Formats: sequence, C-alpha cells, structure tokens
Amino acid sequence: MAEETTIPIGPQHPSLKEPANFELTVEGEQITGAELSISYNHRGIEQAVRSKSYLENIYLLERICGICSHSHTTAFVRGVEQLLGLSVPDRARYVRTLVAELERLHSHLLWLGVAGHEIGFDTLWQYAWRDREAVMDSLEELTGNRVHYSINTIGGVREDIDTETIDAIRDRMAELSDRIDFYLETVPAERTVQLRCEDVGVVSKQRAQELCAVGPTARASGVQGDVRKDEPYAAYDEVDFEVITAEDGDLLARLQVRIEELAESVAIIEQVLADLPEGELKASQKPPQALLAGIESGDVLSRYEAPRGELTHFIRSDGSDTPERVHVRVPTLANWPTVVEALKGSYIADTPIVVAGIDPCISCTSRIGVAVAEDEATLADATDSGVVGVDESGTDDDPGGYTLDDLREYGIEWYEGGDTR
Amino acid sequence: MSLAVELGQSLFYVLVFPGFAFLFGYALVAEYADRKLYARLQNRVGPPAVQPFADFLKLLSKESIVPEDAEGTIFEAAPIVALAGVLTPILYVPIWSVEAVFAFQGDLIVVLFLLTIPSFALIFGGWHSRNAFGQVGTVRTLTQLFGYEIPFFLACLAPAVAAGTWSVSGIASFVGTRPLYIPVFAIGFAVALLSLQAKLERIPFDVPEAETELVTGPLVEYSGRKLALFRLTKDVELVVGAALLSALFLGGPYPAGAIADVGSTAGAVIGFGVFLVKTLAIVFVLTVLRAVLARLRIEQLVSVFYLWLVPLALIQLAVVGVVGTTEVIP
Repeated sequence: MAEETTIPIGPQHPSLKEPANFELTVEGEQITGAELSISYNHRGIEQAVRSKSYLENIYLLERICGICSHSHTTAFVRGVEQLLGLSVPDRARYVRTLVAELERLHSHLLWLGVAGHEIGFDTLWQYAWRDREAVMDSLEELTGNRVHYSINTIGGVREDIDTETIDAIRDRMAELSDRIDFYLETVPAERTVQLRCEDVGVVSKQRAQELCAVGPTARASGVQGDVRKDEPYAAYDEVDFEVITAEDGDLLARLQVRIEELAESVAIIEQVLADLPEGELKASQKPPQALLAGIESGDVLSRYEAPRGELTHFIRSDGSDTPERVHVRVPTLANWPTVVEALKGSYIADTPIVVAGIDPCISCTSRIGVAVAEDEATLADATDSGVVGVDESGTDDDPGGYTLDDLREYGIEWYEGGDTR
Repeated sequence: MSLAVELGQSLFYVLVFPGFAFLFGYALVAEYADRKLYARLQNRVGPPAVQPFADFLKLLSKESIVPEDAEGTIFEAAPIVALAGVLTPILYVPIWSVEAVFAFQGDLIVVLFLLTIPSFALIFGGWHSRNAFGQVGTVRTLTQLFGYEIPFFLACLAPAVAAGTWSVSGIASFVGTRPLYIPVFAIGFAVALLSLQAKLERIPFDVPEAETELVTGPLVEYSGRKLALFRLTKDVELVVGAALLSALFLGGPYPAGAIADVGSTAGAVIGFGVFLVKTLAIVFVLTVLRAVLARLRIEQLVSVFYLWLVPLALIQLAVVGVVGTTEVIP
C-alpha cells in the first residue's frame, strides 16, 4: 500500500476513553502527518464558575477531572487563600500533601495499566489496577470517597486523620512499595515492552522546552521542572524527595519516570505520616462564608503539580461573592503539541501508546475558552499582541478567533441551518 | 463392509467424531481453558465454563450486518470457508490411535495448506468489508502470513525429514516409538509454537487485530452469526494446530501404545486421554505466552520471524540431518 491513506483516530475509538480526533496521514504503516482536534466535550465549567460562590466552586472545579480531583481543588483553594491572606495550619498542609501523593499514586498506577493495555500487555494492566485498589481504599478511608475526595475547603481541610487510618495506610504503602520495586525491575526490562517503547514517541529536551511540555512528559525528556520543588505549596518544602528525570524522552523513559515517581510518592507519604503535626485543621473558626465576605478584588495565579504536570488556576476576584473569572490550564493541554510532534514519523501501531504516553485527560482539556472580543478591532489587537489564545490558522486579514457577533451567528447557523445534527 | 456402512462411518467421522461435533465442543473447552488460565495469570476470576458457548449462542442470535460498501458474496462466504478450512485437517491428524481417520502419503501438506485457509478467508473478508481499519488490518494479516508461514513449514519439515514420510500419522508413529527424538525436535517445536501463535493472531502477534489500534482489524465489520463463525474458527484452529504439533513433535497418542494395544478400546481411550493432555498442554503454553508479553509491531514481528525463527528452523533441519546420518538414535 504505497498510496497515502487518511486514518481517523477518534473522536470515538476504542483506544481513546474520551473524545479527541487525530487525522493521521499514513503511508503503509508509517505516519507522515498528524492533525489533532480537541474540545469534543465542551462542558462550560468556566462559565458556570462565574455564577457560583467560591465555596460552591470548590465542588464544581473538583469535577473537572475524576482522576486529579484533589489537584483542582487544591489549586483553587490555594489561590483563594492567597486572595484572602489566610495561612493554612500545618496539619491541614500535611493532609493536603498526603491526599495529593495518594492521588499521584493512583493516577500513575492507572496510567501504567492503560499503557500496558495500549501495547497489548493486558497482564500489566490487570496487575497495576489491582495494586491501585490499595490506594483507592486508603483514599476512601481517609476522605470517605474514592474519586471526589472533597477534603479541601477554604483555609484548610474538612477531615482529620486518625491513628487507625495512619496505620492502615502505612501497611498498604509497605506492600505497595514492594510492588513498585517489582514493576521497576520487571517492566522496563521486559523485551517486548522495550521493543514497543524504546525510541518511540521521542521528544528531545529542546523540543520539550519549546513546546512547553510539563510533568512526567517533560521530565522524561530531561527538563527539570516540578512545581513541588520550584514553588513549594502544602508541605512540600518540608519533605524530602527527588525530582525524577530521564534523558531519552521516549516512552520507555516516561514509563521509567512514572514508576520511579510512584516510589517517591510512597516515600513522601511515609514522611508525611511520620511527621504529621498536631493542631488545627482550618485557618479560622469562622465559617468560610464569613471569611469570603471580605474578599478583596485582585488576580492570582495558582500553580500546582498535578500527576500529569503543572496545573494552573487563574482566579480574578472583583470583590463580590462570585469569582469574576477562573481560568484553568490543565497539563494535558500543555502536552498535546508533543503528541503531534511524536506521532509524525512513527508507526500506526504506536499511535495509542504515543497518545497515552502523556497520560491525556481529554475532557479536562475540553474546557479551553474561545477568544472572545467585543468587536473586530479589539479582537485584532488582542490576537496581534498574543494576549488571548490565538487561532493559528489566522492571517493578517482575518486574525482568527471570534467576536461575540460571530459566535452568535455561528450558533444560529448550527441550530437552524437545516442540519439535523 | 457394505457401501452404506462405509458411507455412514465416513459421515460419522466428518460430522461427529473427530469432525464437527467433537471439534466444536473441544474448541469451546480449549477457549475456556485459555481464557480461564489467562484470567488467573492476571489475578482475575475468569469466565465460567459455559461462557464460550454462551458467547457463541449470543452472537448467533444477533443481527449479522453486511456493510453497504462491502462485496456481499465474498464478505459472507469468508467465515464459512474459514471454518470449513480448519474443520477438515483434523481428519488427517491422529487422535486416539496411531492412524488418523484418513491418511495418505502427503497429507501433511494438505493439513498445512488447509490451515492457511482461515488467514486467506480473513484477508478476503476483511479487505472486501471496505473498512479502513479492516483494510489496514488485512494488509497486516497478509504481511504476517509471509512472516510465520515459512518458519512454520520449515519447522514441520524437520520431523517429516527425520521420519522419511509426508504422512502426519506416519510421523506420529515414528516419533512416538522413538521418544528420544522429542528433545531433538526442541528447536523446531519452539519455532512451530511461536508460528502457531502468530497464525492464531494472539499476543504478542495479534498485530492484525490490535484492538487498541485497529479495533480488531479485518473483523471490524463482522457481527452476529458471521463473527460467531470467525471466532469459532479461531478456537478450532487453536485445537487443530495444537493437535498437529502434538502429532508431529510429541508423538501424538503415544505412549498409549506402550500401555495397551493401540487397536483395542482401552488403547483408544488411553490414546484419546494422551491427546487431550498434550493438546491442552500446548494450549497452556500459548496462553502463558499471551499473558507475559506485549504486542509487537508488524515490522518487528516480521524481523523476529525472518531473523530468528527461519534460521532456527534451518538449524533444526541440520540437526535432524546430523542425527539421521550418524544414527545416534536407533
């Protein structure tokens, strides 16, 4: 088959658990071009945030992602705490760290399983997911929930941790530690895994930096970058851990980095459990509504190292009881360009694992806003100055992006255009 | 023997034992054993014993769609041809005694030929489904076919050369009566096992189906009855392939002959028991392979077969030649 064929991967495809679309141009088995379309699952969360109180927004933002739910709430409450000038008590910071690392464990174990499945190694998938259950059980005991832990609140955490739970988590971590050693020893050494992952989906250090990759994806390419070290939050300045990096930038490096990060997370959890300070769980005894009544207007950018990489929440307060704007930049959005880069030149057979290699969370990403301007002139200004998200297809005459009128027209066309969609 | 009796007996062979009815049952048993062991290796509970049969019935009752763009006749004929292709060779493979139901000089070639039919049926069916995934999968099936068939044939050639016959029954009785030959065929047996795994399109060689890439490839447009037949084909192929390897490399029903007279009822029962043990053992090996490896890419697969398995199969032939001329084994 020498002629070029276009293969659509997605929006619905067995290897994608969520909708995204890749148009792959292939010559035989080799991919010569890749185009990515995302945002099939627009959820309107950022708009909804503007009509809810800060307190309600914690629960709304938690639901951006079913895997890194704690990441979103922590990023958000940290920002709001900064606006309020609250200092979080030590015990609450430690509990936040504990939940964050348990979340990283479950996210990375989930990824390990998915990666195994994508390369047809279903046994690894089943193994990793069984071990993940220990983490899920710990989270459930600790917070009462397996997925949306709802433990963060403005100024602290909502649940305390007792000695019984501490012991139970310690036991599980000891067991998990053995399992992680087993994975570290066996998975990267397995010949078929090497065949499928070595020199596949390579992103060089330079390209990773140029494309602004984050998290394990960037670290596997040798980019030193971890918000936990660069701008410590919660209790990360008080625990001892390594930022794991690798040099090769291929899938094997990402596999290695994520498994080693599992071990680091276990080490952090052990330290947190050992050094857990006594004290209050909340910054103030006042109800959060009372604290929030005194919020000043201002902007804050809150950074957080989610399992997939750096997550940022931009929060703008106008002094009212609802935020003026909350913009969320999830790590998957930052890592998509590396996927397009890595796909070109690889084999069709590598598509699932290259896509899965960044651990994409697709519906989290499907929230990106459209650049909206009041009229054409401000739109052109904004796109020229690069202030708003610029549609890359834009030209000088037509800067891309939409004005509110454009969007209105588009909406009317969509629903009334005789199209039965 | 009158013509009617002879005809009746032949029909019994073809339709009941060891033909369609037996193979159907045993194939489902083998699928169950395969799935259960696979599940246990992955720390799962696995399906109940009737699951393969239930799946088969369920598929039979479902709507069997022919896509609008598909070449209807070829698309519909493919699963039937595939199943017929794998049901026939069992008649030439010894099961309960040294002699297969039908045997003649050269039946080995017929068996090897018949076992390639399901792959070709899959290629024709998949290609004429006119589905992009199906067509890419078909190209992979074809590429893979060239990869595994040659080492498979070469590996099967080794016992044939040693026994000096092209009859599966003849080879089985040669190897069975000289068990010292079994270790001599070790390399060939390994090559044949891996080639069989590729023939069956199972992990690590399930490249054409590759669920996460090609959504089961050539099978993508198949549904209902036709899919049921293709799945049954795979199960039967597993059993027949295992039976063939057991006959060629492990001496078929032997050592049944050493315990009881091969012609007697007791001999037949023991021989049948040995057949079950040997074939299930082969199925188990193939299952373990499936559980502990990741899927290769198509070009990796081809290089594994050409750079490793073909030379190994040739070495096996040389070993057989040396053993044969030096007559170290009586």
